[in-house]
Amino acid sequence: MKIRQNMTDSLHALTIHEARSLLDSGKVTSRELTEACLSRIDATEPQIQALLTTCREEAMASAAEADVAIAAGNVAPLTGIPFISKDVLCTRGVRTTCGSKILESFVPPYSATVIERLTDQHAVMLGKANMDEFAMGSSTEHSAYHPTRNPWDTSRVPGGSSGGSAAAMAAGEALFTLGSDTGGSIRQPAGFCGVVGMKPTYGRVSRYGLVAFASSLDQVGPFTRDVEDCAMVMSSISGYCPRDSTSSKIDVPDYRALLDGNVRGLKVGVPREYFIEGMDPEVRSSIEDAIRTMESLGAQVDWDVSLPSTGYALAAYYIIAPSEASANLARYDGVKYGYSIAERNAEESIGATRGSGFGQEVKRRIMLGTYALSAGYYDAYYLKAQKVRHLIRREFDEAFAKYDVLATPTSPTVAFELGAKLDDPMQMYLSDVFTLPVNIAGIPAVSVPCGPVANMPVGLQLMGKRFDEATILRAAYAYEQATEWHLRLPQL
Amino acid sequence: MSLTQEEVRHIAWLARLAVTDEDVERFRVDLSGILEHFTVLQQLDTDDVPAAAHASLLTTVVREDVPRESLSDAEVLSNAPREEGSLFRVPPILDLE
Repeated sequence: MKIRQNMTDSLHALTIHEARSLLDSGKVTSRELTEACLSRIDATEPQIQALLTTCREEAMASAAEADVAIAAGNVAPLTGIPFISKDVLCTRGVRTTCGSKILESFVPPYSATVIERLTDQHAVMLGKANMDEFAMGSSTEHSAYHPTRNPWDTSRVPGGSSGGSAAAMAAGEALFTLGSDTGGSIRQPAGFCGVVGMKPTYGRVSRYGLVAFASSLDQVGPFTRDVEDCAMVMSSISGYCPRDSTSSKIDVPDYRALLDGNVRGLKVGVPREYFIEGMDPEVRSSIEDAIRTMESLGAQVDWDVSLPSTGYALAAYYIIAPSEASANLARYDGVKYGYSIAERNAEESIGATRGSGFGQEVKRRIMLGTYALSAGYYDAYYLKAQKVRHLIRREFDEAFAKYDVLATPTSPTVAFELGAKLDDPMQMYLSDVFTLPVNIAGIPAVSVPCGPVANMPVGLQLMGKRFDEATILRAAYAYEQATEWHLRLPQL
Repeated sequence: MSLTQEEVRHIAWLARLAVTDEDVERFRVDLSGILEHFTVLQQLDTDDVPAAAHASLLTTVVREDVPRESLSDAEVLSNAPREEGSLFRVPPILDLE
C-alpha cells in the first residue's frame, strides 16, 4: 500500500478535480492524460484484466478534440477527462458484449444517453470494462471472457457485477469509470476495491442504452477515487431523458458545490439488521469505527434503528430480479444481435442459440424467473415478493422520516478468493445481502472506503432519501476528509 | 422445495433454452436449493399489503404522438445474422415436412 502523491508525473492517479485545474491552467493536456492512462492500462492489464475492449485511437482522437475545446474556453466539468465504461452501456460503433457470448459481435448503432452526455462534454472514453454476464453475479467470474483480479490482492475477486470498472478505477486505468447497479453491482465492487461507488435514486440517471437486466431495479452510476469526483460525475450524468420514461424531471443540483465537509447535527441511523451473525467481525468493527468517526465530527448517531423486513429482502430480490430478467432476455433469439445457431425451425434455432450463447448463471436466473412467473406459482413467488417490496420500501420511508442517512456495511466480508463461491449460487447471492434492499426501495446509496481489514479495503454504505443524493454525498465527503483511506493506492 | 427433472425440462422449454441431461440435473439441484431459501417469505404475513411493482413513484408517462427521427434500416439491420432487403430473416415457424 502507498499513499497517493499529488504529482503530475503520475497523471493516471489524479482525481478529476485535480486534473480539471491542471487542464484548465494549461499545465497538462487531455492528450497527456489520455496517454498516461493508456500506458497505465498496458502496465496493469496483464495482471488485472479489467477490460474487454480498449479504444486507443478513438481515445487519442477525442482527447485532441477536448484539447481544442479547452483552448477555446469551451469547458464542462469532465472535458478532457479519460473514463472507462462497463460493457453494459451501448457505445455507437464500439462492440458492446455485456460480458456475454451471445453479444460477442454486437456493435450498437446508437449510444446510451449517459455515454452521449459524457462525450458531448468531450470526456474521453478509453474502453469497456469486464463484468459478470448481463450484470448477473457478485465476483465478475461469470464473465464469458475472463475473470478480473482485485488490484489489492490478485488472488481475490474485485466483486461484481461491475468488477472490471471497480478494478480499473483502483488500478488507476482511468480517472473515473461507470457501472450499473441492480442489487449492489456498483457498491459491492467499490467496497472490495477501495474506491467510491454510487447507486443513484431509481429514475435519477437515464437507462436508455443500458442493456436491461431488471428494469425496475437497474441504475447507472460512477466509480471514482474520491467523493468530490463522484459528485462531479453525478451532476454530469443525471437528469431527465425523453428516451427513458422512468427518468425523473426533478432538478439536478451541483452536487460538488454542496460538499461543505460539515455533518454537525446530521441524523444518522444504524439499522441493527445490517450487523448480523456470520459477518466478518473485523468488517463489523471497522464499520462501527467509521460511524464513530462521523459521530466525532458532530453527527447525531442512533445506534439502535430497526428495519424488520431486511431479512426478507434477499429472497424477494432473487424472485423479482430473475423474473424481470427472464422477460428482458427473451429478445436474444438469434434474429437481431449477431450470435445465431440455425436449426430446422424457429423453436430449435432459438433454443440452440440461447442454450449455447448464455452462460450457466444467466441460464440459472432465466430458469428461476420463468419458474416464478409460470402458471400456478405466480402468487406464491412473484406476487409475494412484490408485497415484500412494498413492506421494505415503507420501512425505509418511515426511517427516513427520522434520519437523514442510514449507515451500514456495504458487504458482510472483504473481497473473497477467486473460485471461493463459484459453485454455490446461494453463497454468491449472500454477498449482496446489504446492498439489494436499496434497489428494492429505489433509494440512493454510496459506498466509501474504510477499513482496511487484513490489508483489504472495506466499504461503508450510506443510504439516503429518494433524490437526496446530495445529503449522502455530503456525509461521505465529511467522513472521507477526516480519514486517509481514499489516498491509498494498491501497489501494482 | 424440490423440483423434478420433468419440471426443470418444462421450465427450460418455456424459457426456450436447449438443455443437456447434465444441465437438467444441475439446474434441478441449484434451483431446488434457491427455492428452499424462498420459503422464508411464507413466514411473513402480507395479506393486507399491496404489491409494489416498481420502486418509482411515477405514474404512467405518455408523450406527444409525433414522428421523430429514428435509426436507418441499415443501422437497425447492422447486427442481423440474416437479412433480406430491409427485413430481418427469421427461421421457419412451421414445420413443413
